[in-house]
Amino acid sequence: MTTKILLAGFGGQGILFAGKQLAKTAMYSDLQVSWLPSYGPEMRGGAANCSVIISDEEIGSPIVTTPDVLIALNLPSFDKFEPTIVPGGLLIADSTLIAKESTRNDIRICRLPATGLAAENKLEGFANVIVLGQLLKQTGLFDYASFLDLMIKGIPASKSALIEKNKRALEIGYTYEV
Amino acid sequence: MGHKVLMKGNEAIAEAAIKNGCLHFFGYPITPQTEISEYLAKRMPQVGGLCLQAESEVAAINMVMGAAASGSRVMTSSSSPGVSLKSEGISYIVGCDLPCVIVNIQRGGPGLGGIQPSQADYYQATKANGHGDLHLFVVAPASVQEMASLTGLAFDVADKYRTPAMILADGALGQMMEPVNFDIEEKTALPEKTWATNGHGGKRKKNIVNSLYMDPLDLENSIKARFARYDEIKANETRWEEVMVEDADIVMVAYGITSRICKTAINAARAKGIKVGLIRPITLWPFPSAALKKAAETAKHFMVCELNMGQMVDDVKVAIDCARPVSFYGRTGGVMPSAEEVLAEIEKIAGGLTK
Repeated sequence: MTTKILLAGFGGQGILFAGKQLAKTAMYSDLQVSWLPSYGPEMRGGAANCSVIISDEEIGSPIVTTPDVLIALNLPSFDKFEPTIVPGGLLIADSTLIAKESTRNDIRICRLPATGLAAENKLEGFANVIVLGQLLKQTGLFDYASFLDLMIKGIPASKSALIEKNKRALEIGYTYEV
Repeated sequence: MGHKVLMKGNEAIAEAAIKNGCLHFFGYPITPQTEISEYLAKRMPQVGGLCLQAESEVAAINMVMGAAASGSRVMTSSSSPGVSLKSEGISYIVGCDLPCVIVNIQRGGPGLGGIQPSQADYYQATKANGHGDLHLFVVAPASVQEMASLTGLAFDVADKYRTPAMILADGALGQMMEPVNFDIEEKTALPEKTWATNGHGGKRKKNIVNSLYMDPLDLENSIKARFARYDEIKANETRWEEVMVEDADIVMVAYGITSRICKTAINAARAKGIKVGLIRPITLWPFPSAALKKAAETAKHFMVCELNMGQMVDDVKVAIDCARPVSFYGRTGGVMPSAEEVLAEIEKIAGGLTK
């Protein structure tokens, strides 16, 4: 079983961080995993994306060109990658930032207003974690509790305020009904 | 399987260098390899080593020469344009018979080129990374785990045969993260560096490290002695991986990140009934010619795949004495082919074979 995930959006939305959380959880679940970021000027604004492949077999190409799951956090990413999702795949789009609807009828479409939810809950900057919550719900890829546990363990004790915010953001994303 | 950590390829090289006793690092920042310097700037002081950002790549490689002459395990890293700058120093290091590790996390060229992944320095690394009769021991990792394990190998081979070793990777391997573990097997004892110029308080005859010979016969003899060691490296240190080669009609030849794209394409081709396999050179110099020659007894076609315009093709042709057709597919300038593109190329060749 191999799951190819593509996360795409603007630099600064926490695309690479979100991908890293998935990769870390996969590693601790004794799965094979690769995390390949776009690098260079993208990291300083503009388009950012990252390929995460999770598998129980050796991973060949680490580049995701036909994702099983696309997480699109802005319109350019939606336009560019939505057509590449494999039939039967999953699209998670931030509907606050992407007004356009997918016209595909061969994929599962999950639109959640992640950026809006973040703003309403004073969790600006945590839209990426809200999306991760919804991803866990939609895919069942990892157990919610162990994902949360690992994410929190990665936060230094000196930044304890972040722990609470991450917890809340993940829960908001996980419980949101689309 | 021991403890695993999620790390970038660049960081894995840096940590492996520390674990293998590297105490000196000299570098100069350039995308996409700067994480190596960044990591070692933190880590070296913890083990009593020195990580220094030199004023240029040229300065860094000459600092490497100095540290190597004193017998220290030493490393430098850069990316394509920076490695070109180091070429003169690398040649001097070869001429002095000094061991060291040089990392090239390749980006697109020529010139400043780009910053995206490339394998366009294959010729430079394997044919002439500097003037004079010389070779480097060149390894091409294909995973973050190999970025670590082949760093260890590079240091050992460098010390054992008194030669610079190069880790030739690319921006994708440098930037990507995968689980890696650093359990290192028990090392065989390395020879004492009796040649090192490390100060001895008059207890022995002085050592001289030098690459200048005014008498051509002396120079010729020194080169012949070095080439005798190259023969030992060829005999003892050639490494490669074979995937489904036994029954393959088409044998792909690819290294580094490209070999992984090929593996995905090969699995897809096999699912369609196309008999295709892969020989992955792990050492680019020495080149695994014997494995290719053997494969040519059964294979009908060889297909080279690289992130350049086909620099390894000639090595494959020479290895198999041109006994089979050798074709090439690749992207360059920082573009990486998708597995689907490679599969389409495999199918095209397979179609031609059945005609």
